[in-house]
Amino acid sequence: MSLKVIIPTPLRRFTSGAELVELEPGTVREILDRLETRYPGFRASVCDESGSLKRFINIYVDGEDIRFLDNLGTPTKDGSEIAIVPAISGG
Amino acid sequence: MSTDFRDMLSQVKKQIREVSVQDVKDKFNIDNGFTLLDVREKDEWDQGHLHQAIFLPRGFLEVKADKLLTDRDQKIVVYCAGGTRSAFAAKTLQDLGYKNVVSMAGGFGAWKDSGLPVVVPEKIGSDQMARYSRHLRVPEVGEKGQLKLLRSKVLLVGAGGLGSPAGVYLAASGVGTIGLIDNDVVDESNLQRQILHWTSSIGMPKVDSARRTLFEVNPNVKVRTYNLRLDASNVLDIFNDYDVIVSGSDNFSTAYLVNDAAVMLKKPVAYGSIFRFDGQASTFIPHEGPCFRCLYPEATPPELAPSCDEAGVLGVLPGVVGLIQATETVKLLLTAGTSLSGRLLIYDALEMSFRQVKFRRDPACSACGSDPHIDLESIPEFVCAIPAKQG
Repeated sequence: MSLKVIIPTPLRRFTSGAELVELEPGTVREILDRLETRYPGFRASVCDESGSLKRFINIYVDGEDIRFLDNLGTPTKDGSEIAIVPAISGG
Repeated sequence: MSTDFRDMLSQVKKQIREVSVQDVKDKFNIDNGFTLLDVREKDEWDQGHLHQAIFLPRGFLEVKADKLLTDRDQKIVVYCAGGTRSAFAAKTLQDLGYKNVVSMAGGFGAWKDSGLPVVVPEKIGSDQMARYSRHLRVPEVGEKGQLKLLRSKVLLVGAGGLGSPAGVYLAASGVGTIGLIDNDVVDESNLQRQILHWTSSIGMPKVDSARRTLFEVNPNVKVRTYNLRLDASNVLDIFNDYDVIVSGSDNFSTAYLVNDAAVMLKKPVAYGSIFRFDGQASTFIPHEGPCFRCLYPEATPPELAPSCDEAGVLGVLPGVVGLIQATETVKLLLTAGTSLSGRLLIYDALEMSFRQVKFRRDPACSACGSDPHIDLESIPEFVCAIPAKQG
């Protein structure tokens, strides 16, 4: 049982450069907990002090924005693809 | 025994009903359910015809009637130049089983002489047929689509990495008017990716360098340049005159300003942004689909989203993303296909993958939500280690 988390380029410095992290399914909150355990400091890069997702980062579970699902409580399943996507501004 | 033309015409006219141009204007018109059928030749049609008429030259009448006039009970006014060919055509249609056909006496000539309105179709000039010939062969473009492009006005915000490929291809495609906003000067470090600018452009204002390139690509395109920084005081005036905005700035302040002004003026935006090997593209159609603020309510802080100047960018990356924006722009202008509205396309050049995610209108969106509060003046400047520039 595993799913893939796609780490965006700007956040790879929190994952020792890893682009893809395989984890056990759970809610998005649990996924972020597991990322935090593996890469201490990671959660602070995507969540603010109150624990909510930062407003310039979106998380998509199988292509769907969790803001329109159950936010951090959104469940994931075996084989899910979790994309963490921050706004970028280069032109 | 054979009859002469006059006999034949008078025989035909006895078997059909003729109406005057005034009758057509007052009663036998589109509003009253009539189909106007022009049976003249192509060159006559091209010089002018009645509004909303259908073109079916008499030579093809029998062959194509079924396809263009599907209902035998349909009410039809046939006209030609003077009322003779239309009389014969009306008789033919009756023989084919059409029950409600009349011929307009005096034809297009009498119509025009009465001072009634005519439509003169715009045509692509013979000098431009060769240039756009490969577009003309595509059913989704064709002459009608190409004329739409030629009449269109597209504004490029930023004449840099994204604006370069978008500008070159939109000019080549025959977008009639291209506006360029950028207050930057060409620097040698731009040349690795900003293909609007050449080695000989170093030191020139980007908009002037871009104008030179676009003229070489397609001298028919009208290029308007704005050598200024887009801000709350000028954005609405500039945007007002354009059909589509291509958002290719290199900083969040401008991206939000573009979004908010576009929402206010209901202008569609072809959006793109890049970072090293990553690209994002979407299309924002105000009030129909989500906007940039629905996608990202706030800007990424500079330490997580450094500019290209600071973080570097793969030279070929903006080529891909800028052309997705140009493609979306052309589709919007042609009203063809399905846009990226509500979808974010994420391009990872290292992995060579395109990923699509969905997003929706945010009811709480400060720009397009149920209680919007747009204040162009209050969009913050996002401080970078190197000052942000457009492009």
